[in-house]
Amino acid sequence: MKIKSQQDWWAGLMFIAFGIFFIVVALGTPEFFDKMVGSRLIPGYQMGSSVRMGPAYFPVVLGGILAALGLLVLLDSLVEDGEPVAKFHFRPLLWIGLSSLAFAYLLKPLGLVLASVALVFISAYGGHEFKWKEVTIMSVILAAFSVLVFVKGLSLPFPVCPDFIEVCPIR
Amino acid sequence: MEGIFGNLAIGFIEVFKLQSVTVAGMAMTLPFNILMCLIGCLLGTLIGVLPGIGPVATIAMLLPVTFNLSPIAALIMLAGIYYGAQYGGSTTAILVNLPGESSSVVTCLDGYQMARQGRAGPALATAAIGSFFAGCVSTLVVAMFAPPLAEVALKFGPAEYFSLMVLGLVAAVVLASGSLIKAIAMVILGLLLGLVGTDVNSGVLRFAFGISELADGIGFVTVAMGMFGICEIIANLEQKEHREVFTSKVGSLMPTREDFRRMIAPVLRGTVLGSCLGILPGGGALLASFGAYTLEKKVSKYSHEFGKGAIEGVAAPEAANNAGAQTSFIPLLTLGIPSNAVMALMIGAMMIQGIAPGPQVMTERPQLFWGMIASMWVGNLMLVILNLPLIGMWIKLLTVPYRYLYPSILLFMAIGVFSISNQPFDCFLMALFGLLGYVCVKLGCEPAPLILGFILGPLMEENLRRAMLLSRGDPWVFISPSKPISMGFLIAAAALLVIIALPALRKKRQEVFVEET
Repeated sequence: MKIKSQQDWWAGLMFIAFGIFFIVVALGTPEFFDKMVGSRLIPGYQMGSSVRMGPAYFPVVLGGILAALGLLVLLDSLVEDGEPVAKFHFRPLLWIGLSSLAFAYLLKPLGLVLASVALVFISAYGGHEFKWKEVTIMSVILAAFSVLVFVKGLSLPFPVCPDFIEVCPIR
Repeated sequence: MEGIFGNLAIGFIEVFKLQSVTVAGMAMTLPFNILMCLIGCLLGTLIGVLPGIGPVATIAMLLPVTFNLSPIAALIMLAGIYYGAQYGGSTTAILVNLPGESSSVVTCLDGYQMARQGRAGPALATAAIGSFFAGCVSTLVVAMFAPPLAEVALKFGPAEYFSLMVLGLVAAVVLASGSLIKAIAMVILGLLLGLVGTDVNSGVLRFAFGISELADGIGFVTVAMGMFGICEIIANLEQKEHREVFTSKVGSLMPTREDFRRMIAPVLRGTVLGSCLGILPGGGALLASFGAYTLEKKVSKYSHEFGKGAIEGVAAPEAANNAGAQTSFIPLLTLGIPSNAVMALMIGAMMIQGIAPGPQVMTERPQLFWGMIASMWVGNLMLVILNLPLIGMWIKLLTVPYRYLYPSILLFMAIGVFSISNQPFDCFLMALFGLLGYVCVKLGCEPAPLILGFILGPLMEENLRRAMLLSRGDPWVFISPSKPISMGFLIAAAALLVIIALPALRKKRQEVFVEET
């Protein structure tokens, strides 16, 4: 057995995994598994009948179709030639992801200004070149812009200053 | 005919209406709707010109902002972004040989060659003139075809709606490029992800894993920004920057008499084809531009010049993509069914405003409906003015390096997502969907079908349940002779799948997409 299309092989596996995941969560863990573990790990939802469909009905059907399609893609990858999986670039992936997380979790404690600065610095680090001066200027401009437009202009309820500053100069 | 003009008049009155608004604490009387149209067109051109950010991410970014606007102002602005992007995209395609927008991929072929021959000016003018003509015609098409379609749609029951959605989703994947099975699988995955949250019928929390933020489901803005916005940024950062901009060589914009003579027929053909392809589910600007280029290459007597700077190769796809962008509003406005990812977001915008998309919008809110259509014509006029005399400004933008752009885009996306529910969790989800989108792209799976499925998931389940309840659990209700419309939709969907699965056609379809990219 030789995998002729790397892309399809992994895509097939991904679809099968998602399909099974949704089925298992919707139906709950199977009986033999519960006996083995000794307790019901995932309770699942009611299946209902075709007249009155329960919450599990539609997801189980769809999950089944998804897994079946995944299997088709998987089998196809053994028959038909395809492309290899292109190289993953972990650097931008990591830093871009981190920067949006940092923004989200810093916004409430540190305020919009510092959270924006953090996002700009972290995301800029994921790029090709990182120049301290440039990034600093950019972060100041963007922080000022977002306070003006989103807090002043569109009156989004974001804190501007960090929690620990009692009297915020910008309000 | 009179009815149409009467209706359009309602629309124009709505568009130019003076409103008293409060801007930054000051009360003013402004023609607010037309102002929003201008802002939408400006933003659309901007993101169209800039490669690396598309209308999907932009509209998703602005959705939370539209919450404070009136429904009509919000929709006018968002629509302006979509067709404005079609104008802007051609500028980048012609001057930099990069598609500023995915629908201007084919414009690169001949537009860039024209620029290299020192004819960038006429190429830009041709694109703008073609787009404007197509925009005017397709506005009329929307005005003519939307009312009768909406009337038919008013008679639809749950069975018809379910079948229509099946047809829409099937058509969307058939017309998309890439592997068919993988596209269908992405739709199903989207449908499944759309089910996360509280089940309307039973009140059961599904797939929430005890996370209280998931009780209302995953926001589609979050999904769209992750799968398009974040994913686009990462994909752009993979490549080294190198751009060759013909800034100094634009020269005179005026096309020659010969140019005008040669562009008439392609613009007409592009407009007709684009209008038709735009109405189809799964259609829109992208498909229209590809189709028009292929057609033009077949029928033009200058076909030997294609790829070497033929003006037909700019005129036809540019007319078609604008026509397609506008007529793709027809299924949205009449049936409440999105035909592409942008339309899916427009549905979201309507729902934020408390409007249930569907055929009743036209009768219940004629001002909104016709105002939006009238705004498209006004917007097209604005775009010609924005694009031709101000072309120098847009060219300057192209020289801004990407390393300044992407942190700003990312910041606005993060603010937008955070503001939906004021919870950090949404930003976390956005990053997660960015990862999923990135993996999908690497595995050759298009993210667009997933978004469509995601939007339609809950609607489909709801209609399926209702139809089955009404038929007492008889699954044949969808294809019974008593429901001819539903049967027709499903037969059409099946036929599409069979046709596309035939080996001969499958090969042909691959060729068409390979040839042009």
